[in-house]
Amino acid sequence: MSTLFEVSNLSKEFGGLQVSRDISLALAEGERLALIGPNGAGKTTFVNLVTGRIRPSAGQVRLGGEDITALGAVQRVRRGLVRTFQVTRLFPDMTPEEHVVMTILQRHGRATRIFARFHGDSAARDEAAEILATLGLTEVSSRKVATIAYGQQRLLEIAIALAQRPKVLLLDEPAAGVPSADTPRIEEALAQLPPSLAVLMIEHDMDLVFRFAKRVVVLAAGELIFQGLPAEVARDAKVREAYLGSYAHAGS
Amino acid sequence: MTGATLPHDTAPRLRTLGQDLLGLALIALAGLAGYALFPDNLAFLTRVVSVALLVLSLDLIVGYCGIASLGQGALYGTGAYAAGIACLHGVTEPFLLILIGAAAGAVMGLLMGAVMLRAHGLPQLVLSIAIVQLLHEAANKASSITGGSDGLSGMVPAPLFGVFEFDLWGRSAYFFGLALLILVFAALRFIVRSPFGMVCRGLKEDPLRISALGIRAFPVLLKMFAISGAVAGMGGALAAIATQVVGLDSVSFEISANALVMLVLGGIGHLYGALIGTVIFMALEHVVAAINPFHWMTLVGAVLIAIVLFAPRGLSGTLDEAARLLTRSRWRAGR
Repeated sequence: MSTLFEVSNLSKEFGGLQVSRDISLALAEGERLALIGPNGAGKTTFVNLVTGRIRPSAGQVRLGGEDITALGAVQRVRRGLVRTFQVTRLFPDMTPEEHVVMTILQRHGRATRIFARFHGDSAARDEAAEILATLGLTEVSSRKVATIAYGQQRLLEIAIALAQRPKVLLLDEPAAGVPSADTPRIEEALAQLPPSLAVLMIEHDMDLVFRFAKRVVVLAAGELIFQGLPAEVARDAKVREAYLGSYAHAGS
Repeated sequence: MTGATLPHDTAPRLRTLGQDLLGLALIALAGLAGYALFPDNLAFLTRVVSVALLVLSLDLIVGYCGIASLGQGALYGTGAYAAGIACLHGVTEPFLLILIGAAAGAVMGLLMGAVMLRAHGLPQLVLSIAIVQLLHEAANKASSITGGSDGLSGMVPAPLFGVFEFDLWGRSAYFFGLALLILVFAALRFIVRSPFGMVCRGLKEDPLRISALGIRAFPVLLKMFAISGAVAGMGGALAAIATQVVGLDSVSFEISANALVMLVLGGIGHLYGALIGTVIFMALEHVVAAINPFHWMTLVGAVLIAIVLFAPRGLSGTLDEAARLLTRSRWRAGR
């Protein structure tokens, strides 16, 4: 499979403090990659660098062969680099259907039309209904988001991302804050993601990582310290050191 | 993916349409009641209509986009002066004057938006004040065009449809204004429910989420500033036609601040609040100022404090909540 998304030597300094150092990774079409790391490893900074929220001090981000390093966040989204958020960012007074319809309208370049009825676009509503049904959200599709369960809100984040028809999807801790009883529903939704979609998942839940990802990268203190198979990650000395610090030595 | 579809219920759509038609009918009825009850106060009622357009325009910016502004008078005054100057230069057709006011307001809205949208929060609010003060001073200095502190006067708009004169009784001006308000209100209800209106609501709630959808905020907000400018400009033009005078007070910080007070009083973010707030504020001003011209603002201040403390969603929001509670208790009783 050819490389679809590539990050080369990405670095970021904040006033002399190096928060990301020389990060390079590649993602092929249809690949499932997980990015893990202890708290403060620089995962959120990495997501912000890749999505264009902050500018890197050095390095390149390429999508489909195009250098998108100089592009802003909105341009990157329009080229197919889509993210979900660690803490849900939804509109409490809107319904799940309205969220997804707005996303579909944007994909078709119709999201900011004045001379149209938002609820009158039956093609967009049909597509939204299909996406919401896939994620089991049909029943709550007409309820205000503020009134639906957090697990359903997390699923809605995924529904919105799917409605954007991304090429590369960054899932920022998709199961964060979800009660453990609802985690299987999230996992099921992740398993149903389109096979051609390249997915980079940032996650703390190792069980979820091991079941979802075919490859794992580990970030610690702003540096990539491991790239390999999920089965190998726990055995890697550097990873153990990063996660457990001096306890790793004490135990060995 | 499954082939499941949501029921495309026509009932909510009809309900919304019904609510809108009812709303418009209520505005028309309130207008007619005003005419029947206060036939000698039509000049004041026309001013209420004109200021209602200003407050509606402010609701678009504050209530739908989450941008606080204390400079909306800049757009209102621009419309008033544009219509006034055009009228003095031979354009006397009232509909055309309203269009001129709308166009001038929209252009000023674009300029104001282009400046204000470069900042956020308090600096943005300060910019809005700076813009209205700047325009106020410009209107004062450019006395050869604007009449300066004496104001523009001597405009004689042509009769409405060539028949109804804009005379001292103010009947033509009032009905013209009322019809304009109803039309504008209907158009705004449509706009806020368009995809554009929904994106504006989204921007108010969470701009980062909107940008993550691939939507750029700046052009959307700028468009809303232009629409808001057009509505405020129409309000200003109506005032110019009705009073046949345009003074510096139409482009002042005071009218801008009052507009914000009226909006908060009525409730932000659903257009009806703008109308309710305007009517109550101006009625209070009219009645209490007649009794005590020096301390009427004290009463308005007390009312405002009470509203903010006990009905933070404004009068319309509280009425809405009361109606919802009433419906729910009736529904429970009927079970």
